Amino acid sequence: MSASQTAAPPLHFDLRTDTVRALNSRLHDPDGAGRVQVSNPDGRHAIAVGIDAPYEVEIDGHVGYYCAGMNKQATVRVHGNCGVGVAENMMSGRVIVEGSASQAAGATARGGLLVVGGDASARCGISLKGANIVVRGSVGHMSAFMAQRGCLVVCGDAGEALGDSLYEARLYVRGEVASLGADCIAKEMRDEHLEQLRALLEAAEVDADPADFRRYGSARQLYNFKIDNVGVY
Amino acid sequence: MATTESGGTVLATGRQVAPSLRESATFDRNVIAEIQRAAREGMYDIRGFGAKRRVPNFDDLLFLGASVSRYPLEGYRERCATDVTIGTRFASEPIHLDIPITIAGMSFGALSGNAKEALGRGASEVGTSTTTGDGGMTPEEREHSNKLIYQLLPSRYGMNPDDLRRADAIEVVIGQGAKPGGGGMLLGHKISDRVAAMRDLPKGIDQRSACRHPDWTGPDDLEIKIEELREITDWRIPIYIKVGATRTYYDVALAVKAGADAIVLDGMQGGTAATQEVFIEHVGIPILAAIPQAVESLMELDMHRKVQLIVSGGIRTGADVAKALALGADAVAIGVGALIALGDNAPEHEAEYERIGSSSGFYDDWQAGLDPAGISTQEPELEARLDPVLGGRRLANYLRTLTLECQTLARACGKSHVHNLEPEDLCALTIEAAAMARVPLAGTSWIPGVNGI
Ligand SMILES: Cc1cc2nc3c(=O)[nH]c(=O)nc-3n(C[C@H](O)[C@H](O)[C@H](O)COP(=O)(O)O)c2cc1C
Repeated sequence: MSASQTAAPPLHFDLRTDTVRALNSRLHDPDGAGRVQVSNPDGRHAIAVGIDAPYEVEIDGHVGYYCAGMNKQATVRVHGNCGVGVAENMMSGRVIVEGSASQAAGATARGGLLVVGGDASARCGISLKGANIVVRGSVGHMSAFMAQRGCLVVCGDAGEALGDSLYEARLYVRGEVASLGADCIAKEMRDEHLEQLRALLEAAEVDADPADFRRYGSARQLYNFKIDNVGVY
Repeated sequence: MATTESGGTVLATGRQVAPSLRESATFDRNVIAEIQRAAREGMYDIRGFGAKRRVPNFDDLLFLGASVSRYPLEGYRERCATDVTIGTRFASEPIHLDIPITIAGMSFGALSGNAKEALGRGASEVGTSTTTGDGGMTPEEREHSNKLIYQLLPSRYGMNPDDLRRADAIEVVIGQGAKPGGGGMLLGHKISDRVAAMRDLPKGIDQRSACRHPDWTGPDDLEIKIEELREITDWRIPIYIKVGATRTYYDVALAVKAGADAIVLDGMQGGTAATQEVFIEHVGIPILAAIPQAVESLMELDMHRKVQLIVSGGIRTGADVAKALALGADAVAIGVGALIALGDNAPEHEAEYERIGSSSGFYDDWQAGLDPAGISTQEPELEARLDPVLGGRRLANYLRTLTLECQTLARACGKSHVHNLEPEDLCALTIEAAAMARVPLAGTSWIPGVNGI
């Protein structure tokens, strides 16, 4: 962002009087990128979705489903909690949730960074396709289910069946893992992993020691059909 | 197999079997071969194509045609329109099709790039749409399809907002007729570098797509998901919901409530690129039984013709199209028929079909990636056999034929638009078809379940 843009007063949308449609419509203007402040979101759905320009969106309050869905380039900060599917299918940019996130946070996200300040519920990072997710608290069951690429960093604990049917995504957990899902195993933390984790924690502005985390990944035993695996198919 | 003069049987191998040998109806040769295969391989059979068993279908219906009490239209002079508009409920840019026949969603990955291009060329030539599939949108298909429907599937392979904005409509896939309740499959030998990159997967794995969407469950969530898609695309393009035919009456009502512009309803005969045989043959209901349920549901909500109904699953001829429309559909979609038009199962490849253990007319191993016709493959040498321009022309010819046949029947019933065909124009040949399609058994006024017993 240039200095003049930063200096300009932010656009302001009050969702008690302005519609989500008006907000999103404005955010879809590729030329007008700058700061946008949203007040009184009151749990509304689909806030700040489909942005494709370097907007800086600040949302003061709790949001409903799919906040910042399919985000590209923009930074969206939620001063509150998020409903289901925050930053789903994000392509790039950054989504920062200061509170906690409901289910399927960062589902299928392909790029960019999602940071959850509190906890994330079940299926955090489900079908992850290349984005990075950092959760300061804990994540619920079935997180990183079928995750393909990218990283899920959990500073707290992980619920049941972490990384079930995992592909090539990397999972880093500092606390307890209730159980691992099918084909997910603990793996050695090598230097490259410590390096990657350090960079992710730094990007997420989380003060934690990479050495306290363990890494989980795919055992790659389900990649090809084998009759001996019939129990897990 | 043929029968000899003495009443015996001639096997495909040419060997004659004495009439005293009796084949079991329960354990017929197909069943025996399948048990032997299962015992050998220890794994379910995965294949392409649609259901092969016979189920009640459009062949069990007939048109009544015009007579003394109603007059037909002249074939060449009187207009019988075929156009259809989809997405009139919420989209600011609905889709206008010249013919009521669309190309169903078939993925790049399952199909070769040339096959996708040929589908786009053929459909565009006659003014209709094609659909992406489980694997994302390729630049080639966007370029060659004037109207391209972009599928949002549980796997979300290749999903991205740029392609969403480039699409002419979005199709949220809940299920398909070949496997309602199942996810996609693409076996390792079809995961080429390009397919792997588009799907963010390692090359060569046997890939099973998710069967449930990752970020919503149930109709209330679906409504919010649709709201998000509308917001992303600024309420411009129509949103379809595709379901396999199962509990159709309820699914259609819920899809309407969730905010669909159109419903794609795929019967159990519907084609697939790769699915467990047990799924293909044993799950879902025939499209014949599903259309009246869908139409009833739409009518009760006062949404018939407002939320368009596109039906598929075993549509082969213009007669099938006309009958589907007469039962209340706005358009049909075709998969297997379109691939056959491109050259699938063509006799000219017979020697090669035999080499891979099949025969033209029987070939269904679309999962294997060895298609001699270059359609269901990712092998560059095989793919090169399908000329996309020629394939496109063949598809356009086939679509024109279907349209002409459909118009012929509509005119014979005195209709100036194919959408004016109605159940009253039909009768059924069997009690089953009469009950499912809710039209009277031929020569009677009896509709089982509706009147009489
Ligand atoms: C090769 C092939 C690939 C398919 N891929 C998809 C897909 O990716 N997504 C989908 O919703 N349906 C898929 N289908 C199902 C079709 O969209 C359609 O529902 C079906 O083919 C219609 O029945 P018909 O083949 O009898 O015309 C596929 C079908 C075929 C034959």
